[in-house]
Amino acid sequence: MAQKTVIEAIREGMDEEMARDPSVFLIGEDVGQRGGVFLASDGLYKKYGEYRVIDSPLAESCIVGVAIGAAINGMRPIAEIQFADFIAPAMNQIIEEAARFCYRTAGDFNLPMVIRAPWGGGVHGALYHSQSIEATFGHIPGLKVVAPGTPADAKGLLKAAVRDPDPVLFLEHKRTYRLVKGEVPDGDGVVPIGKADVKREGKDLSLIAYGLMLTYCLEVAEKLAGEGVSAEVLDLRTIKPIDEAAIVATAKKTGKVLVVHEDTRFAGIAAEVMAIIMEHAFDALDAPIMRLTGPDVPAMPFNHVLEEAFMPNVDRILAKAKELAAY
Amino acid sequence: MASVKMPQLGESITEGTISKWLKQPGDQVKKYEGLVEIITDKVNAEVPAPLAGVLKEIKVKEGTTVTVGTEIAVIEESVAAAQGPGPTAPPSQPSKHVGAAKGADVPARAAAPEESAEGRTRLSPAVRALIEEHRISDAELSGISGSGIGGRISKKDIEDYVAKRAQPAANGEQRQRGAEAPPRPAGAPAVPGTPVPLSPMRRAIASNMVRSKQTIPHAWTVAEVDMSNVVRFRQQARDSFKQKEGIDLTFVPIIVKAVVEGLKAVPILNASWSDDGVVMHKDINIGVAVSVEDGLIVPVIHQADRLSIAGLAKVADDLAKRARAGSLTIPDVQGATFTVNNPGTFGTILSYSIIAPPQAGILAMDAIVKRPVVVDGDAIAVRSMMNLCLSFDHRVLDGVSAARFLQGVRRWLEGFSEQIPLY
Repeated sequence: MAQKTVIEAIREGMDEEMARDPSVFLIGEDVGQRGGVFLASDGLYKKYGEYRVIDSPLAESCIVGVAIGAAINGMRPIAEIQFADFIAPAMNQIIEEAARFCYRTAGDFNLPMVIRAPWGGGVHGALYHSQSIEATFGHIPGLKVVAPGTPADAKGLLKAAVRDPDPVLFLEHKRTYRLVKGEVPDGDGVVPIGKADVKREGKDLSLIAYGLMLTYCLEVAEKLAGEGVSAEVLDLRTIKPIDEAAIVATAKKTGKVLVVHEDTRFAGIAAEVMAIIMEHAFDALDAPIMRLTGPDVPAMPFNHVLEEAFMPNVDRILAKAKELAAY
Repeated sequence: MASVKMPQLGESITEGTISKWLKQPGDQVKKYEGLVEIITDKVNAEVPAPLAGVLKEIKVKEGTTVTVGTEIAVIEESVAAAQGPGPTAPPSQPSKHVGAAKGADVPARAAAPEESAEGRTRLSPAVRALIEEHRISDAELSGISGSGIGGRISKKDIEDYVAKRAQPAANGEQRQRGAEAPPRPAGAPAVPGTPVPLSPMRRAIASNMVRSKQTIPHAWTVAEVDMSNVVRFRQQARDSFKQKEGIDLTFVPIIVKAVVEGLKAVPILNASWSDDGVVMHKDINIGVAVSVEDGLIVPVIHQADRLSIAGLAKVADDLAKRARAGSLTIPDVQGATFTVNNPGTFGTILSYSIIAPPQAGILAMDAIVKRPVVVDGDAIAVRSMMNLCLSFDHRVLDGVSAARFLQGVRRWLEGFSEQIPLY
């Protein structure tokens, strides 16, 4: 076990998978000689050479399209979209082709590919470098969407994604890259896709989150404990397929749930989580399910004050959690 | 938009039932115009609109019970009236129109109940499930104070209560009783009867009587009183009193006077139990149970110790008349510190009344009957005898104080003579 950052854990995960399986390769903008804009693939070009770490043109549709073709032909590509905001040009390839390919071929073909995308705000990245895309892609059947929040989960889920027979959209919150540190188990440490994780046990209320908001919620839970409120923190880790059982279990346990995400509110992941709770845990509820999300405005503002206003933070989550606790 | 909230219709009242909406959504309402009729366990009151405008929305349907402070309607303020009270105008005083409690066949001893537990609002699914699981009765529920916003009973409150209930062995018996509560008594007739729908008043009385009996350890004691002097005096004074005052001189004001004297001598009976200590009341306010056409109401003679017998007669007569006419005001039914009940008019000889919380006692006057009794000198004489039956809260006082009180009342009544001023 060693303390690592999220970015280190991801780099290590890719390195180990490439070493383990020669069919694994990287493709993306500046992933090769530059080692990626966040240095996620730093050193891998040198280690595995230009045929396994491929610098692509500035064309996301091409990056994903190449990955699809390679996957059909038995390779296991890891395609990097430099910022999740840039994924739009590749949407046709992802939704119309990648997500449907197994279904369209009646299971004759699988697409064992990973699309990595740094997402989320709080880094002064403004309109084109801060977006959340999990709800958009979570809506698409045939696609798996993963959003880890800790180094161990990032590495373990990346390995699971590489080994998965189907396309996985792997979301890395860019604010967590160097902010969040944690123990990463030695060896494989594969974390199964589709399993949420109780990051902190509690009995009075549940905070459900993922990505950067997980870190905030854990901080909030600590503060709540100081005020005599025992908060459970459930890390979804996988957006799709979502872990219904874990969501229902925590809702039944505490009867009070607050769902937090920085993505905009309407038809967000919180709405889905709330619906699951209503369907399966209504009788256990002791308060209306609450959510704290980013506002329904077109994008993360550049102005620092406005960015702060957009992002849920510890203070705001704490205030909402107290409201729930007092209900 | 201004919200109209369930008003507090009395100091001990925590909730009310919407009886009738006098306005419908879309209707224009004038300020102070009757908006809604509300029933509590004590009074029926017409609540006026706190401001002028248009009734936008009715939030609570007729027949539903909600806690004080719950939003029951929304009024859109008319522009002209916008200078009026603010958007969260407090509910104004209910108008002075208090109907008699509607309830079928209320036993005469059921004094004014304190609080309705009917349909406690805002019970979350989790709380409802726990109530069912632990078989918590309405009466128990009404004793649980909510720690949530607006006094909402939370899951935790119920869990804490269940944990507390399970604790002491002494509570075992009570828990057992609460837990059973079969839907139909064993041995019920094979052909089931037709249930009479429960009025809000009926439910309120039921739950309060249960609460009283479950929380107050009732003790009961009886004194036999020779009423011959009082009866004789009343017979003599009756006609002139009627002529002069225009009302009948009944036994009630005389008994109330005797009770006041008894309470002065034994003030512990003019008190209320609380966990912080026994609260000794400064005023002596006597509730007098009045049966009305289809129920019972207990108006209060306030500061009864400051009134003469004639004064008591006047006030009691006025209260009884207004109770039957349905025109009591809210203060008329509030603040009793002790209750007098008069089932004797129906010929009863021993009455075991249930105390109206938070009072410490209730006295029943039973029938005055002529009986042969042994008097001074071992002679047998025909005397007018009456039983005074006292139920008291044994947490507050013991049998000695209760007996001293009854002795005081009895001596005052037996020693009655023309010397005692009527005015």
